[in-house]
Amino acid sequence: MTAAVDDGELVAAALACRRGERLVFCRLGFVLGAGGGLLLTGANGSGKSSLLRVLASLLAPAAGAVSWGGVPVDRDLAGYRARLHYVGHRDATKPAMRVRETLAFWSEMRRGDAARIDPALATMGLDGLGDWPCRWLSAGQRHRLALARLLAAPAPLWLLDEPTAALDADGEQRLLSAIRGHRAAGGRVVIATHQNLPLDGVDTLSLDDFAALARAEADPFAAGF
Amino acid sequence: MRAYLGLFRREVLLAIRQGGELGLALGFFVLAVVLFPLGVGPEAEMLRRIGAGIVWVAALLAAVVSLDRLFAADYADGGLDLLVLSAVPLEGAVLVKCAAHWVTTGLPLALVSPLLGLLLDLDPAAIALLAAGLVIGTPALSLLGAIAAALTLGARRPGVLSSLIVLPLYLPVLIFGAGAVEAGTMSGGARAHLLLLGALSLAALPLAPLAAAAALRQALD
Repeated sequence: MTAAVDDGELVAAALACRRGERLVFCRLGFVLGAGGGLLLTGANGSGKSSLLRVLASLLAPAAGAVSWGGVPVDRDLAGYRARLHYVGHRDATKPAMRVRETLAFWSEMRRGDAARIDPALATMGLDGLGDWPCRWLSAGQRHRLALARLLAAPAPLWLLDEPTAALDADGEQRLLSAIRGHRAAGGRVVIATHQNLPLDGVDTLSLDDFAALARAEADPFAAGF
Repeated sequence: MRAYLGLFRREVLLAIRQGGELGLALGFFVLAVVLFPLGVGPEAEMLRRIGAGIVWVAALLAAVVSLDRLFAADYADGGLDLLVLSAVPLEGAVLVKCAAHWVTTGLPLALVSPLLGLLLDLDPAAIALLAAGLVIGTPALSLLGAIAAALTLGARRPGVLSSLIVLPLYLPVLIFGAGAVEAGTMSGGARAHLLLLGALSLAALPLAPLAAAAALRQALD
């Protein structure tokens, strides 16, 4: 896997997202180059998770486009998906599967290297739990297991939805050092978070501004235009 | 290829480990068949006449009750997102899931059906046709069921809704499956029925994964 070496820019241009009838945000754009980091902040319901799902190509934007290295995502969907890792709120662990089996399976589905499974578990502090069924894990441990997917099969773009919410201080440190290592190697990361994560050289994008734009667009009178 | 095999192995493992899903479908199948003689009376003549139909109806119902494990858990725990983002095309993933579902549902049903045939006093030729029909026809049950299971993701009572959608789709399989046994014992011409059963399974093989994958994408939006 040489996927981590990829200097294409991730560009989001004039994105809008609609959930049902409601326009969640609009006219949102950013550029994320190699080694870049972007923190998404904003109130609950301002569209952080929706934006991450749009960036993960799981949700089609209502307007605008995402492109990688100048190529629109829908032109090379499989190629783009191979470049990204998405870790959402839900951990995709099955109670009946063992910890190592779970990680090995998800890594295999991305053509990952089996030799990286145990190191990835160790990095997230799950060494020794490999043979446990996932039903024995706590919420924080399950989330560590989900985050270990990032390390088991490398990809240049990490999309993390409130990754520190269930983690203890130790887990947060492990995640932060993994993110630093990932960016130092040229990887890039987009994180939706309510916390002030101590990461250097990251941009912050407040979804509140774009949510306000969307409200104005939907109802120009109420917004005072 | 390794990813496909990995998915297949995981699906079979889950079916075996998760509260004996495999045993559940089998137990349902056997119980449903055993109830019939108690309900309609133990006359061997009548049981022999309706036996194949009973076994086929029970197989349909057993397939229906096992459908919700195809996608519901992956939908609920976020695994479906990861499957969509994986290196395996969604249609391929659906096909592999159907294959695993068949190995853990349809195939075991076909394997125990000779015992149930004996219970219903079917003669050996009829039992052979019954089992052969089930082996040939149950892949269609898994494949068509995948469409209904995918369509009903996110519904409030997915189990009931998917059985309403899928049972009409199962009618041709039932007609030709039970018809094969009847034709075989009456006139010896079961071949056409078995061929049509095979055609149903083969037609569903490429079409059902396409439809189910489209429904899954809809469910994710």
